[in-house]
Amino acid sequence: MSVVVTGLGVAAPTGLGVDAYWANTLAGAGALDRISRFDPSGYPARLAGEIRDFVAEDHLPGRLLPQTDRMTRLALVAADWAFADARLVPSALADYDIGVITASHSGGFEFGQNELRALWSKGGQYVSAYQSFAWFYAVNSGQISIRNGLRGPSSVVVSDQAGGLDAVAQARRQIRNGTSVVLAGAVDASICPWGWVAQLTSGRLSEHDDPRRAYLPFDDDAAGHVPGEGGALLVLEDREHATARGAHVYGEVAGHASTMDPAPGRDRAPTLQKAIHRALADAGAVAEEIGVVFADAAAVPELDRAEAEAITKVFGPRGVPVTAPKTGTGRLYSGAAPLDLAAALLSLRDGVIPPTVNTRPSERYELDLVTGAPRRADLRAALVIARGHGGFNSAVVVRAPEPT
Amino acid sequence: MSVEFTIEDLKRILREGAGADEAVDLDGDIAGSDFEELGYESLALLETGSRIEREYGISLDEDALADARTPGALVDLVNSHLAARAV
Repeated sequence: MSVVVTGLGVAAPTGLGVDAYWANTLAGAGALDRISRFDPSGYPARLAGEIRDFVAEDHLPGRLLPQTDRMTRLALVAADWAFADARLVPSALADYDIGVITASHSGGFEFGQNELRALWSKGGQYVSAYQSFAWFYAVNSGQISIRNGLRGPSSVVVSDQAGGLDAVAQARRQIRNGTSVVLAGAVDASICPWGWVAQLTSGRLSEHDDPRRAYLPFDDDAAGHVPGEGGALLVLEDREHATARGAHVYGEVAGHASTMDPAPGRDRAPTLQKAIHRALADAGAVAEEIGVVFADAAAVPELDRAEAEAITKVFGPRGVPVTAPKTGTGRLYSGAAPLDLAAALLSLRDGVIPPTVNTRPSERYELDLVTGAPRRADLRAALVIARGHGGFNSAVVVRAPEPT
Repeated sequence: MSVEFTIEDLKRILREGAGADEAVDLDGDIAGSDFEELGYESLALLETGSRIEREYGISLDEDALADARTPGALVDLVNSHLAARAV
């Protein structure tokens, strides 16, 4: 049974909605800037990819606002856009025939911070009753489910950046188990002081102040990443169900695999290459079929090397075009990979690869990195890679729809 | 000193703590309407009760709070606590 994507909902620092995001991504736009949400001057890292033009009140009912974190508001709106794009009205489907599976990196940190501040400074009476769920990892799945009446298989996946792909894979499993439609992906947002301090503990945040020199994966000057907020939600659908209702198909989620790296200090090799091989095998694809790789692009030298080696071993030196449009948005944690999946599907649709911005590719890596401008290409399939902090690796192959 | 809790106070606290459903006219005569019809589920009422407690310095009985199904009943409940405190 094949699982296809029939709708995209995008909320990214470089654009709200698929069209704005894609136009800016092809133009090589960058949204990295000094944090505006709070004063970052006391922190070692001060840049982020913020979404600055989102007004929740314009999109969501008043009853939802006091009970939702920023990431949930963005996710609810992205879900609405994804269903609209798929021309699918969830309530028109049979009960239990449609579910929602999101990934989450940290939950609703900003909401949690405000409530913890109230608890600490004023007392327990001042903590919102909605704190019971508003911070929670599963809250985006829960609120999307309630708002749209999605009663089919639903869950949350927590594996940092890899989770964005693992959620899509879990949705594919549920569709193969008989659910017609699953909304899948992730929207993360934790650019608040508490979330910022938590992210700093990774030791992987760029401390540069120049947005054009701060996040440089595969560059000799790579020195960590810039975080961002946002992500994408995808309407995944059983192909027969999509065909029966005459839906537009962006492409097929053809293959997936995930692996865990060995613990630090072990002499076993990292496992990203294995994840790529297994995703290709799951898709029944050979390396030559892949027209573009959307890289994880950690911008930490040893992680860049591991990813470049994995890609080179599978596809050969400079054997496949590689890109990382997340250089324009920052790393969106769980939201990053679903956004890359959306970009990959749009690449297949338009026959064009969006550029990696700012990076000057290092000669150390034998990668054909697409930089500077979008590149025309005849694309049949794309590979999206995501790695999570703690050793998670995940890879997904998407294929262009068969010509009709 | 006697303080009275009015339906206008309740509307303000509902809006602040739980927001308002666009399909409902809170400014109309809602005293006898069921909270569920007004779009407020149990958690919204828990939040509302908590806000009333801290603003008015009273402690509402949980069972009595759950039994107050309408704004009118909740206003009466709060006022009975305020009156008991004033004695």
